[in-house]
Amino acid sequence: MKLSGWGRYPVLEARTHRPRSVDALRNLVLSEPNLIARGNGRAYGDSAINTSATIETRHINRMIAFDPASGQLVAEAGVLLGDIIAAFLPRGWFPMVTPGTKFVTLGGAIAADVHGKNHHKDGSFRSCVDWIDVMGPDGGIRRCSPQDDAAMFDHTLGGMGLTGVILRAAIRLRSVETAWIRQTTILAPNLKAAMAAFEATQDATYSVAWIDCLGTRGNLGRCLVMLGEHATHRDLPTGKAQAPFQTKTKRKLSVPIDFPAFALNSLTVRAFNALYYWAGARKTAEHLVDWDSYFYPLDAILGWNRIYGRKGFVQFQCALPLDQSEAGLTALLAEIAKAGSGSFLAVLKRFGKQDSAFSFPMDGYTLALDFTVTRKTLALLEQLDQITIEHGGRFYLAKDSRMRAETLRASDTRAADFRAHRDSHGYTSRFRSAQSERLAL
Amino acid sequence: MIKPPVLILGARSDIGKAVAHKFASLGHPVQLAARNASTLEADKTDMELRHGVSVTLHEFEALATETHDAFVAALPQLPEVAVCVVGLMGQQAENERDIQAACRVMRSNYEGPASILAVLANSFEARGSGTLVGISSVAGDRGRATNYVYGSAKAGFTAFLSGLRNRLAKRGVHVLTVLPGFVSTQMTEGMDLPAKLTAEPGEVADAIARAVAGRKDVVYFRPIWRLIMLIIRNIPERVFKRLKI
Repeated sequence: MKLSGWGRYPVLEARTHRPRSVDALRNLVLSEPNLIARGNGRAYGDSAINTSATIETRHINRMIAFDPASGQLVAEAGVLLGDIIAAFLPRGWFPMVTPGTKFVTLGGAIAADVHGKNHHKDGSFRSCVDWIDVMGPDGGIRRCSPQDDAAMFDHTLGGMGLTGVILRAAIRLRSVETAWIRQTTILAPNLKAAMAAFEATQDATYSVAWIDCLGTRGNLGRCLVMLGEHATHRDLPTGKAQAPFQTKTKRKLSVPIDFPAFALNSLTVRAFNALYYWAGARKTAEHLVDWDSYFYPLDAILGWNRIYGRKGFVQFQCALPLDQSEAGLTALLAEIAKAGSGSFLAVLKRFGKQDSAFSFPMDGYTLALDFTVTRKTLALLEQLDQITIEHGGRFYLAKDSRMRAETLRASDTRAADFRAHRDSHGYTSRFRSAQSERLAL
Repeated sequence: MIKPPVLILGARSDIGKAVAHKFASLGHPVQLAARNASTLEADKTDMELRHGVSVTLHEFEALATETHDAFVAALPQLPEVAVCVVGLMGQQAENERDIQAACRVMRSNYEGPASILAVLANSFEARGSGTLVGISSVAGDRGRATNYVYGSAKAGFTAFLSGLRNRLAKRGVHVLTVLPGFVSTQMTEGMDLPAKLTAEPGEVADAIARAVAGRKDVVYFRPIWRLIMLIIRNIPERVFKRLKI
């Protein structure tokens, strides 16, 4: 069948399997020459596509145990973060780290070592993982943790499923008193102000900025920096305090058709950005936002990827080291503004420190933005790659769909080590994705 | 207030599991019935963890109709809602060659499901309340060359449900016939199904829960199938017999 990632680019013809049990999965691992596991298909590009055997894990999705004393949940890899929230938020627990969509599987979150708005404070998904069970090329299952089999653990977090099939994991949830977030917004008229705001708010639990990529000159990098804290019981007005985990279920909108190519152009995006910025400017004071709107605004629009039309879209996301961040971001934004190929969804965030063998984040800043797939934007992305490399930055494989192998090698010395690790354990020939082949991982 | 239990017959199937999760998420205790029920232990734990309801496992063999009275008698509590998801599609080509295989399909889709619902119907009638849900299929609306063995058994089951509804309408017992079109399950895996006509098991489960609450009689899912089958039923036989559909 035709298979693609969330960006719907590239689209590849792939054979898929949907095992219902660990035994059925093992049979596939033992019989397929090479394969890759796929969770809910939320990686943007070709990370979870193997044209000869893509193994969908969404039926291996049972919760196994929960310890209310420690908040540790043991679950199979196909469980969605949204399932975890549905089951445990009413009992006062929330994921320690969550990306911008709740429609990712636990296995996918581990494979990409996803990050959230609290990376600067709590680190990547890795920091809530106690152990992982991984099926190797021989069908055997290894349990690894930061203490036991630490090399396996290190390479599996951020390893994009290339160290084996992630089967189960134990993760720690965060205890929360309510389902609400206290949000405040800082208006930053340009990049320098935005970075100053991030540096001044390192104590905030959550911080992220929406950035206007089409601003030029004085407006270059104007941002709404949005901060959030879990609201405590006392923070709620009486009405909400009576049912602190109850938030209105929003009606889901869905995008029924592919938007035509002309719907997104620099004029519509420019207009949107100006409106969004000034709407944000009117609502900077602290207010309560429900968890779903705060963490997952786009999940409310099912199929929002269709806004980018039939050809799909690509996302660019890089991380830059702290000392190079201002220069690198300035150069990137200038290049994007010059090309006039902005996007609605551009995000800037301060990262904190990161351990691991191959995870994406680094102490510094990350910038993420989407582009409709056209020849012009693909050429622009090559430019952005070069600017990133010149400033010592690297790229997020969960978002990548078009980078060249040389670009990856030039940006990240760890790529060669990761490949060597795969070679030495016999993974390279067995666990492969279209992305790992493209990037020679 | 503790909600009344819901019984799922054929709980190992994808639709069965989805329906069990749906009712559990609404706060109902769930009784899972299937062959080799003990192998559903992990699903039981999963449902209990997710939904905080009690889940029990019950050994059930749809084709052993002589055991059905005892099966119902042994349930810890007579359920308020019983959903029968039992079914077997088989391969049409094999069903044409091998009459035993065909009989297994006929019995699994008609005799077994009708038998267990008949037993439950009597208990529900005596109590004067309850809902019986039968998952039949649009394949039962008209026999087609590609799957008439399966379709004919489903046709029988649909007629059985219709008769049961007619009998119990004045006795406080609600009978719901569910007619799914294509559903993305283990049964249809590998088939090249049109995406717009194909439902996920979870959507079917949501539709069933709504129809139970709304005391609906017959539900097609996705709803477009009502129209598709109306057209298919109305093609004159002399034309229909030459078609490949």
